[in-house]
Amino acid sequence: MRVWNYGFLLSNLVLRDFRIRYRNMSLGVFWSLLNPLVMMSVLTFIFTKVFLAGGTRNFHVFVLCGIIPYNFFAVAWVSGTTSVFQNAGLVKRVILPREVVPVSTVLANCIHFVIQIGLLVAVVLAAGYPVNRHWALLPAVFGLEVVFVCGLSLVSSALDVYFRDVRYVVESANTVLFWMVPIFYSFTLVPPRFHPLYQYNPVAAVVLACRNILMDGAAPPPTLLYKLLFVSVLFLAAGLLVFGRLKRRFADYL
Amino acid sequence: MSVVRLEGVSKTYSRKVGRQFVKSYLSARFRPARHEQFYALKRVNLELREGDSLAVVGPNGAGKSTLLSLVAGLSWPDEGRVLVNGRVAALLELGSGFHPDLTGAENVRLNAALLGFSRQRTREKFDEIVEFSEIGQFIAEPLRTYSAGMIMRLAFSVAAAVDPDILLIDEVLAVGDPAFQQKCIRKIQELKQAGRVLICASHVMGTLRDLCNRGIWLEHGRVQREGTAEELITAYEASIG
Repeated sequence: MRVWNYGFLLSNLVLRDFRIRYRNMSLGVFWSLLNPLVMMSVLTFIFTKVFLAGGTRNFHVFVLCGIIPYNFFAVAWVSGTTSVFQNAGLVKRVILPREVVPVSTVLANCIHFVIQIGLLVAVVLAAGYPVNRHWALLPAVFGLEVVFVCGLSLVSSALDVYFRDVRYVVESANTVLFWMVPIFYSFTLVPPRFHPLYQYNPVAAVVLACRNILMDGAAPPPTLLYKLLFVSVLFLAAGLLVFGRLKRRFADYL
Repeated sequence: MSVVRLEGVSKTYSRKVGRQFVKSYLSARFRPARHEQFYALKRVNLELREGDSLAVVGPNGAGKSTLLSLVAGLSWPDEGRVLVNGRVAALLELGSGFHPDLTGAENVRLNAALLGFSRQRTREKFDEIVEFSEIGQFIAEPLRTYSAGMIMRLAFSVAAAVDPDILLIDEVLAVGDPAFQQKCIRKIQELKQAGRVLICASHVMGTLRDLCNRGIWLEHGRVQREGTAEELITAYEASIG
């Protein structure tokens, strides 16, 4: 199959997921906005009224910069992980490059991501932060997160065929990650010896870069971006490799 | 030149998932003698040339579907080699790749993409596909409102439009009404004239007689007998009594 046909195939699968999800709903896209807004309100209430985090101006913007990249990651990874199993009929009976199954599932989640990024931008502007030239980096930063989730989902979806426990491992990992990504606390509170744990975690790196750009009006440190690029591309390459090895036996185990 | 070639192909089954997977993997590694193997196919040899059409017969569980999925490249053999030259289109299960909540038209586009069409080619072939299927105005309705026969019409129409070098059909034609079955058979005859290869597994001997010139009879994963479609089907029917 030629490269541009891959694009057409992917876009059709993404469209399929999107249509299926929204056709039988009454509120549709509204749900994409509701979840982060609720999370933002709850966390803002807890950390400005209950635990006095103090110091951080516009805590709701601060929290939203964390929630949106994290939410996308968590939801896309879980749905990517179960995608091959969910699409067993496609994998067993239709001749297609099987990599497109987890990748299209992750990309289908990007539609929500884009809507939620729109929400983030709206909240940032409403809080009075000006647009600056570093905003041009945002698509690359979010794009690398998508690349990372694709790579991770290629690995986990392939393993999930052999061990159906993988989806629960992923869910637990997401819970851990909610605390290990600086969503409701500042990176500056993290002792320096733990910094690599955050900088090499693409989700944390995206959150940090997001705050640099949107709230500080500054470019993220280049080392942060290099690490993000490195880890994301590494995971995509590893994902393609592992998936390519494991996909041959999918039909026997589904 | 051979289009499809199977050399000593074997495929074992009874795959375990999860904890069982670890157990069966370890027992296969460390106690191979006690490790039981179930063969879905055992040492099958086959060669098909341009214009050949093969009827695959045998009781349920004989390995017919396994044979087709190996040729389709959907599963890999444990022993032996499968060589395929050309583009394969497979109708292995009714409505695989279709989604009940999408309309007929959306499913046609999705399926065309799944079969490797470009955007451009899908647009060019769309009307032809819909016309061939004779679905009419129902094309705008969700697939869950379709009957089995209508789904088959749509699936066959898309697969035929791909103009595959090798067409694999597993039983699905049986759900079409006689008129559409005749139409399918004519279309397949056209493909055969053009030198394409057909492999068809079915329990409907009449269809196989109309379509195929060669035959293979599987029994417990082994080739029981092979020959021309006519003599093989006659022998198979005689064995059933």
